[in-house]
Amino acid sequence: MMEPVLSLDGIKKTFRDSEKSCPALAGVSFDVAAREIVCIMGPSGCGKSTLLRIIGGLDYADAGRIDQTSGNKDGKPSAAMVFQDHALFPWLTVYENIVYGLRLSVQNLAEEEIGKRAESLLDLTHLNAFALSYPHQLSGGMKQRASVARALAIKPSVLLMDEPFSALDTFTRRELEDEVLRIRQDLKTTFLMVTHNPEEAIYLADRIVILSGRPAVVSDILQIDLPYPRDPADPAFIRIREQVTRMIQGKA
Amino acid sequence: MVLISKQSIREYGKGLALIVILLIVWEGIALLIQNNYILPRLGEILSVLLQPAAPVLGGESLIQNTIQSLKEVLTGFLCAAAIAIPLGLLIGWSKEVQKYLNPTIQILRPVPPIAWMPFAIAWFGIGFNSILFIIGMGAFFPILINTVDGVQGVRLRWIEVADTFHATTFEKLRTVILPGALPVIWTGLRVSFGVAWMCVVAAEMLPGTTAGLGYLIMYAYNLGQLQVIGAGMIIIGIIGLGADILFRAGQERLFGWQGRE
Repeated sequence: MMEPVLSLDGIKKTFRDSEKSCPALAGVSFDVAAREIVCIMGPSGCGKSTLLRIIGGLDYADAGRIDQTSGNKDGKPSAAMVFQDHALFPWLTVYENIVYGLRLSVQNLAEEEIGKRAESLLDLTHLNAFALSYPHQLSGGMKQRASVARALAIKPSVLLMDEPFSALDTFTRRELEDEVLRIRQDLKTTFLMVTHNPEEAIYLADRIVILSGRPAVVSDILQIDLPYPRDPADPAFIRIREQVTRMIQGKA
Repeated sequence: MVLISKQSIREYGKGLALIVILLIVWEGIALLIQNNYILPRLGEILSVLLQPAAPVLGGESLIQNTIQSLKEVLTGFLCAAAIAIPLGLLIGWSKEVQKYLNPTIQILRPVPPIAWMPFAIAWFGIGFNSILFIIGMGAFFPILINTVDGVQGVRLRWIEVADTFHATTFEKLRTVILPGALPVIWTGLRVSFGVAWMCVVAAEMLPGTTAGLGYLIMYAYNLGQLQVIGAGMIIIGIIGLGADILFRAGQERLFGWQGRE
């Protein structure tokens, strides 16, 4: 296996308020290698999103270590995040949304360089014609593509995605899953993605990390050895899907 | 938006109909009672309005009085906004600051601006500065309250996006909180401008003033010239309506994204 870009070691998290404490993560450990697509699955409410938020810097772990190699020259850890709701800024054009993180994360970047990166991301996500449109003028799939482009703009070492396509219809969803595979090919991006859809996980992932019910630990890591592009109607695919479903149901 | 379509004429027509009816009723009653001290004829009001540059009752012209009032309103309004918006951002952003300031604000807010007049005169003397203070007091709170609401209504998710890109507090304020709250702040500005306009008229009615629409109305009252009062009221109303239309048009242009996310 290649050098990991992200390494989790014994991540623990308990939510506390004045009345009760609610353990969510009880020591989660696994690695993600460069250019890998890893999907996190598990029974609902098991802390998948919490884990992703901790890696993305939106929440703190009570214990454990996160080692992250930096994608940028300046050495800052650079995980970017795509949320289930596109979370685009409605007052900015698609172009301005895409360069938003770039302007914040990378100081003193020349406007010309910003423009160049935006241009290539607009190409990559087929949004050239909509660069100057506002989010409310886009379809759901286009919004989520813009959101992915915004995250990719900072050249993250790992792209975190929290059920990114679950609000989309089946066809748009497959289209965007194919784009994830293409982006990995073109940009050598690493993906860590939470999903509750076994088919999506098997369609995309090199490995599937399955978490146990609350408080969560890693219960299984499943290597998917099917060649890309994968066919959900393939009997091998279906076998794995049934296996994954059983594994998750057993945890709930 | 500015295109005048058949439909928009029909929409405006609905509003105009009542105005026309009111004018007819007014004129009818004025004809019946034939008393200028109770209800002046429309023609008399109109003749005042149609000579906006002529001296009124031996003083300044309608235009000069209007400009004077507008100057006072705009200055007071802008001063209020310059203080209320930053303060509102701070209060909306920090629950702690809100705890300290909220009781004071809620006590001061219901005080009618005109009640400050004796203090204003004592502190700033008679004239422009006192009027400015009164207007500022009236304009301040709608902007403040709406700014606080606007900031607190900014979606948490947008702030999280900024967090994932390691934004500093100031960057979050500039790139997320302010633009996200702006539509609500704008509503505050619109309401506030209407209040400021009401305050200027009231403030000018106080002794020591020598110009402005409020002053003109009070002066005409002392002389029993009700047609001048009517003309003054119509100008005030029309300017208020015009300002509201401008604010609404601005809202549509600037914040077209609202409610369509």
